[in-house]
Amino acid sequence: MMGSPHGRVYLSRRYRFAASHRLFSSMLSEAENQAVFGKCANANGHGHNYQLFVTVAGEVDPKTGMCFDLGLLDAIVQQQVVERYDHKHLNLDVEDYLEMVPTGENIVRQVWSLLRDAIPDRKLHRLRLVETRDNSFEYAGEKEEGRAVP
Amino acid sequence: MTEASLTKSFEFSSSHRYYLPEWSEAENLRVFGKCASTNGHGHNYLLEVTVRGPVDPITGMVINLVDIKAVVEGVLDEFEHKHLNEDTAYFKERIPTTENLAVTLFELVQARLPDGARLAGVRLHEDEDLYVEHDGGS
Repeated sequence: MMGSPHGRVYLSRRYRFAASHRLFSSMLSEAENQAVFGKCANANGHGHNYQLFVTVAGEVDPKTGMCFDLGLLDAIVQQQVVERYDHKHLNLDVEDYLEMVPTGENIVRQVWSLLRDAIPDRKLHRLRLVETRDNSFEYAGEKEEGRAVP
Repeated sequence: MTEASLTKSFEFSSSHRYYLPEWSEAENLRVFGKCASTNGHGHNYLLEVTVRGPVDPITGMVINLVDIKAVVEGVLDEFEHKHLNEDTAYFKERIPTTENLAVTLFELVQARLPDGARLAGVRLHEDEDLYVEHDGGS
């Protein structure tokens, strides 16, 4: 199979957005919020430069040598995620988090739900959200979606 | 025996061009954009090679690093400081996209690995914002 144009590949591209947030749950008391979220619960929030790695899976097209149109991927992620979150306060400016704490875990799952149906042919394979140099969050859908995390 | 995966990184620099001669100039530009520029352009590629296998109880290794270095550097010799379309045999009929290059490098490394070592996958970074993974699956 040397030089075969066929084969499943996973293509990942990085996008960036800067946003502020506050980790605070209205289901918890002030003291409980402080105990669980620490300085992330500070009243006026704080911000991060987020990096989002979007991985799509597909067969390599024998003609173009590509598994996904990068221009299309850029347009989808820009419209669905970057324009929605960039330079926003996630709790206050984005309806996704009016009822949900914008932790990395919740953001990566929410981004999954924004992108899953926007990316054609169910090709979205995995997301990795990098919040700081030390924290990142990965999500590849639920098992019933028929996807395995490699 | 306990299994583990070992990943080693390698850098190489090559140029390439995305262009299909059977398409019109306009069609090439529409699909490939500035990657279709006549004289090509280049990247510093970063290749991560992951080998999986049992940890040898005597040496404590999945594969000897000297061996994997020799195999991968031997493979990359053909690509280092070359024009992928013009100077290598692999992209006469196919476009040297990151996808195709990752598949080709996987196959070349797999064919040369010593017995007992299994190539679990490769990850090829074209730049800091884009990478392609291939594990041999179809």
